Amino acid sequence: MTVYGLWIDYEYCTGCKACEIACQQEHGFDTEELGIQVLEQLMNGGQTYNFMPIPTDLCDLCTERVQREGRPSCVHHCMAKVMEFGPVEDLARRMSQKPRSVIWAPKPRPRDQRPFDGADTGGSAQ
Amino acid sequence: MSDIADGETRIVRSTVWSAGAGCHGGCGVNLHVRDGKLEKIEGIADHPYNQGTLCPRALALKDYAYHPNRLTRPLIRTGARGTDTWRPASWDEALSLVESKLSAVKQEFGAESTVFVQGTGRDVGGWLVFLAYNYGSPNWMQALPGNSCYHPRLLAMKVAMGDYVVPDNSQFQQARYESPEWRLPECYVVWGQNPVATCNDGNHGHWIIHCVKRGSKLVVIDPNYTWLASRADIWLPLRPGTDGALALGMLNVIIEEELYDKDFVEKWTVGFEQLKARAAEYPLDRVAEICWLKKDLIAEAARAYARASPAALQWGVPVDMAPEGFSVASAINHLWAITGNVEIPGGMIVARPAFGMTAYPMSQDAIQDMYGDLMDKDQQAKRIGVDEFPLVRHMHWRAQPDSVITQALTGKPYPLKASVIAGTNFVVGAQDPLRWRKAFENLDFNVVVDLFMTPTAMALADVVLPSASFAERDGIRAWWSPLTAQNTAIRFGDCRSDAEICFELSRRLRDDFQFETLPDLYRYYLKDTGQTLEDVREEHWIMPPRDSPAMPYHRHEKGLLRADGKPGFATPSGKIELASSQMQEWGYDPLPVYVEPTYSPVSRPDMAEEYPLILNTGSRTIAFFHSEHRNVPKLRRLNPDPLVEIHPETAANYGIADGDWVWLENHVGKCRMRAKFAYVHPRVVVAQHSWWMPEKVREKDYGAYESNVNMLMPGGLSSKSGFGGAQVKSVLCRIRKADDQAAA
Repeated sequence: MTVYGLWIDYEYCTGCKACEIACQQEHGFDTEELGIQVLEQLMNGGQTYNFMPIPTDLCDLCTERVQREGRPSCVHHCMAKVMEFGPVEDLARRMSQKPRSVIWAPKPRPRDQRPFDGADTGGSAQ
Repeated sequence: MSDIADGETRIVRSTVWSAGAGCHGGCGVNLHVRDGKLEKIEGIADHPYNQGTLCPRALALKDYAYHPNRLTRPLIRTGARGTDTWRPASWDEALSLVESKLSAVKQEFGAESTVFVQGTGRDVGGWLVFLAYNYGSPNWMQALPGNSCYHPRLLAMKVAMGDYVVPDNSQFQQARYESPEWRLPECYVVWGQNPVATCNDGNHGHWIIHCVKRGSKLVVIDPNYTWLASRADIWLPLRPGTDGALALGMLNVIIEEELYDKDFVEKWTVGFEQLKARAAEYPLDRVAEICWLKKDLIAEAARAYARASPAALQWGVPVDMAPEGFSVASAINHLWAITGNVEIPGGMIVARPAFGMTAYPMSQDAIQDMYGDLMDKDQQAKRIGVDEFPLVRHMHWRAQPDSVITQALTGKPYPLKASVIAGTNFVVGAQDPLRWRKAFENLDFNVVVDLFMTPTAMALADVVLPSASFAERDGIRAWWSPLTAQNTAIRFGDCRSDAEICFELSRRLRDDFQFETLPDLYRYYLKDTGQTLEDVREEHWIMPPRDSPAMPYHRHEKGLLRADGKPGFATPSGKIELASSQMQEWGYDPLPVYVEPTYSPVSRPDMAEEYPLILNTGSRTIAFFHSEHRNVPKLRRLNPDPLVEIHPETAANYGIADGDWVWLENHVGKCRMRAKFAYVHPRVVVAQHSWWMPEKVREKDYGAYESNVNMLMPGGLSSKSGFGGAQVKSVLCRIRKADDQAAA
């Protein structure tokens, strides 16, 4: 089976977070639900300053959308155009030519699978 | 038709502008609508402006348009201003009230006693001026001291070059970066802007990222180590407010080392020797000291820019905000002028509205063309600021805001009585906001047009008219190319677009109003373009043909810039005026000059002892457009608290940890914000602007004066030219950890 993924050129991810909101819109997520999250890496006295989009376990690579339109909503809307979607093997060739890039191969877990589902928390945790 | 059938979902093609994303717009979007409801917004992949991409604010359109706090009906105040006392009214009742009040003001005091106020460059500007001229008032204004947003830059370009230029990111080519006519800028200078967070003035910020990815050498001028600065080949972390000295210093290096384009200077400019002499007053030692930069770095940046061909430059509002913003803009203008980066692919290109279509006047000439016969010279001479500022009198198309505020407070030379305020929240966003608030409290009748109840509407409005998001409106736009259409996708409540509101008020207020419907007016705007309204709506965007005067390149050689058809530029001399004959004639310095900020460690060392840090504000954030969007949860999540960026070492000196709540204080006022560590210049703090808390108590101004950095802004600092000088980038402050660490 072909494994699909996201290739991200994090050298030029500007941290705009369009991917986060595009994903929320596509999937009808609530404010705090994210299918992809952009993390900031600003350290070493400023020597390292990167933004890194990381899919969460809600990411289904926009399965339905991809069948219809070919690419996930985050990839389509990315303002810096640093994301690509495809078979991981193809993306790996892309990555071999572009340092400071990364490939994610997400696999979703059920959306309603939450840690306290099996515990009696007295109603104090959701 | 603009609607494309797609099963049960209708797709309406439209253009982002104004309410919704809040921005200056341009992105092409598909609005997916089912059963009259917006389902989603998608960027159009082959649209030349955004190429499918969208920002978080545009992508959150559904949450914005269907926000539970949207105003849905006109409101008429029943109690005192500042109290939450309103009754809903029909449009006819509300507009009849506005009509009768404004007619009474016109009859008793003259139409000039009503002012029309907008914020930033949204489409409401075009509609407000349409309304103002049909009503008969020359007083249309931007709610910002010194018009310190793009106007100084626009005027500096207009005076020196006769036109406006923008960096060539291939935006006027349908094939964009693949276009064979276009060249990648070898060097890209980003001067005082964070294009990641903003698409200013028709320039999509991420175009710059696309150029840098393709190999443009990057020079970033910014006291803050932004992500863009981290990707720069040369980063110049200058002292805020000293941009003018840096520009003159770079000019001096380029002239002294003979790195300028001698042929271009010879053939297409005048005043070079004068500029050379002026620049010589800014040797590297002096400039390095003024700007807090190493002189080698300044020279390196100047050489990188001058040796590259083509070289592009994008500039931001710090240019305007400098004490003499017009002068700083002139100096930067001369950088591209003497290096010959004018009207060449990948350089700076003249920007004119597509097909010459004006719906949003960007110059006095455009106003004259559109509405000249609506207002006689005597009435136009009443525009506030024309007596004080020759540059307003000769070149500008709006009232001078600082003079308006003073006049509202003093009633001299004539009283102000009423206002129409649209697309601005200035009791939060203006510098010294309480003075602005008091000025408008002095007026007898204020109309506020907005989508939400804001501190400005709560404080000042007698009537509030509910406006529409861009998804709820029709329109045409040419800022700059392509010519684009906005098409209505949905309706919400009883809301009406700014265009509809201003059109209807114009119809009521002008006896011989000649248009039946808005589309009639659009057709009037399109009459000389060769395009029909139906074509524009159907095509959605139309790029002018290659030989159009709105299209680059080399138009000065082809005689496409001057009204007389001769080669050259649309200036009195026909050349780019490095020393301006017009400025001289109007009593100004014809050459750029550096002016030190009013409140700086250099100009006020006495004050700097108590307030040792430079306070810099006004930078854009991706989540918000100025004072907007704090009420949209998905966007607020990106930036929950009002932040002040501070260098970790500076913070340590004051016992401040990352995330602490802090007080910023100075001789004007104070505000409470949250510290965020960043590699900003250690003697500078960068505070987010225009914070209010939509979730807080309405009658207590929504907390508008607690975390609002404008409470520290002196206000009234307009420059001598009337253009620039708000100085929100460079005042003094101190910082301390707040005793109370509770969230705002």
